[in-house]
Amino acid sequence: MYELSNVTKRYTRGKDTVHALDGIDLTIPDGDRLVIQGPTGGGKSTLLQMLGGLDRPTAGEVVLDGTDLARLSEARLTRVRSESIGFVFQSFNLIPTLTAQENVETALVPLGIKVKERRELAAEALESVGLGERLGHLPGEMSGGQQQRVAIARAVVKKPKVLLADEPTGNLDEGTRDEIMDVLERLWKEHGLTFVMVTHDSTLAKKAPRLATLRQGRITVKENAAT
Amino acid sequence: MFFTYLRRELRRRIKAALVVASGLALGIALVIVVNSVSNGMGKAQDKVLQSLYGLGTDMTVTKAASASTGDAQRPRFRFDAQNDGDDSTQSSDRVMVQGFQTLSASTVTEVGSQSGVSDAVGGLSLQVLKVSGQFTRGQFQQGGGGFQRGGNGRPQGEVRGGGADFDVNSYSVYGTDVTKPGLGPLTSSKITSGRTFRTTETDAEVVVADSAYAKEKKYKVGSTVTIKGVRFTVIGIATADSGDSAANLYVPLKQAQTLGGAKDKVTTIYVKAADSKRIDSVKSTIRKNVPGTTVTTSADLADTVSGSLSTASSLAANVGRWLSLAVLVAAFLVAGLLTSSAVSRRVREFGTLKALGWRSGRVTRQVVGEAMVNGLVGGALGIALGLAGAYAVTAISPGLQAQVGGTGGGPGGGGGFPGGPGRRTAKTLEVALTAPVSLTTIVLAVGLAVAGGLIAGAFGGWRASRLRPADALRRVE
Repeated sequence: MYELSNVTKRYTRGKDTVHALDGIDLTIPDGDRLVIQGPTGGGKSTLLQMLGGLDRPTAGEVVLDGTDLARLSEARLTRVRSESIGFVFQSFNLIPTLTAQENVETALVPLGIKVKERRELAAEALESVGLGERLGHLPGEMSGGQQQRVAIARAVVKKPKVLLADEPTGNLDEGTRDEIMDVLERLWKEHGLTFVMVTHDSTLAKKAPRLATLRQGRITVKENAAT
Repeated sequence: MFFTYLRRELRRRIKAALVVASGLALGIALVIVVNSVSNGMGKAQDKVLQSLYGLGTDMTVTKAASASTGDAQRPRFRFDAQNDGDDSTQSSDRVMVQGFQTLSASTVTEVGSQSGVSDAVGGLSLQVLKVSGQFTRGQFQQGGGGFQRGGNGRPQGEVRGGGADFDVNSYSVYGTDVTKPGLGPLTSSKITSGRTFRTTETDAEVVVADSAYAKEKKYKVGSTVTIKGVRFTVIGIATADSGDSAANLYVPLKQAQTLGGAKDKVTTIYVKAADSKRIDSVKSTIRKNVPGTTVTTSADLADTVSGSLSTASSLAANVGRWLSLAVLVAAFLVAGLLTSSAVSRRVREFGTLKALGWRSGRVTRQVVGEAMVNGLVGGALGIALGLAGAYAVTAISPGLQAQVGGTGGGPGGGGGFPGGPGRRTAKTLEVALTAPVSLTTIVLAVGLAVAGGLIAGAFGGWRASRLRPADALRRVE
């Protein structure tokens, strides 16, 4: 479970100070599915980075299962990321020289899993996203939707507690978007993940059980009765 | 994963990798060529010095000739004119001690007993000048046809005919201590026909001839050579390693002393030190304990080497070394900057890996690994290029001239330098330059390749380690 209290993030841009996050208080229970919406520059991605331990707040606490990520050493934070948090990015962020299977394996490398087991787990993960036949393909040989499936397989292969997705369908067409969302929803349910997704897409936002909106660094959260 | 990722990344950026590797290769090749040419210079210099010293000699002890000694030994020949019709040949030879003032044979023992001296052997340098030919008397012929007398009553006429037809042969003879065949100038020659002296032939009338001189005089094993009326039998033909022998003929020391009228005298003492690293201290000891002598080491002698060998050696040591250093530094910098720039282009990639939980150390290792492979490829290319360069130098074998002793003698003011007969004045030797590549040079090249890779990797690794995942991901959005 995430417990964020008074999380503030300020950047200095030239002579100006930008308040990306301004005293955010937020609780995300285990197994929750939260969608974050808001205008560009509203602080969505910054909040996701705080949740993922990719960045530290200027002030406040980001507590994951009782551990304040803001106060962890870099080494321990890296360990938390490697064990507990899976990321899906808008631009897929696959290593272009590695095959689909090897890309998925990169998430298992920090865990010290042996090569054979790593390959098996990666193959299973790719199978689960419908890419069992594409293990040896390079990202450049796959469509955008397939690349995002590889990225999803990479995020879930280590069986994390949390899945963070930053505009996962932002670069995809409508049909592919729905496929990807189906995959993400299925995995969320199957693995009991805490799933936080940033999106601009109102269609997707409407389907979320909880919707957070970030404007000028401030957050408002509402339950979606329709789901 | 490390090697798969590394291999694929290098293949993706093969052009950049080749640029880095080529730069390093050029620098490393230059280092190899300069080093091997320097080695070759050293060997050429050693060869020059060896032709003077002989193998195993660390230093020589001599006594400089005084100015008056030369005048006193100026040879004088007297021939009686022969009568008309007498076509017999007259000949006379003079044997002179050559080069240095003689030292007493007891000095050899004294030098040999000095601390740090392993062995000492004496030798006597002689110069033989032989004049042979016909010296006929002129005939008096009276003027006009009749018998005339001048005012003073003497017959009128003139001396016609007569004169001299003679040949002058000058050659060097070296008296060698046959009981110690391992030391002295004969060690720089190989016996190519016949045999060398036996240790029992201390006073035998036998001679070893230098191959060039033997060819000129048509001497073979078994031929006889007459020196000052003594008939010597040629027992061997020796060919000098450097092509330049210490003497034309070698005879047992005792025979040389008899020929030169220098009983129990030597001109040069060849010294072998017990420890080659302590030559300077042995030199000091001898100079201190055996006064009035000049002790010359091979290092002293090397200082007297001039000519194109010296110039090329100095070029290799100075210009070559600095040039290869400059190219290496430039190659290292270019490799570093290119690696650093490659990291900048892969910010998202490394940011993603860090987001996935890769530690900075693992990312840095990946970058350093790639740079190391570039360095090693550059090293391999550089070694191949360097070996080819060194081989080309050896194949061409440019001739270098070495003038030895032209500066007027080594330290100590001896007025000359040690060696065989006829070595008092500057002497020019021709040596072929080779470029031998030693194992040390190869190890140095591999070391430089690794260093190049590490330096380039350090540039890139430093950048990669400082990347914060959030910054890396934010910068590409």
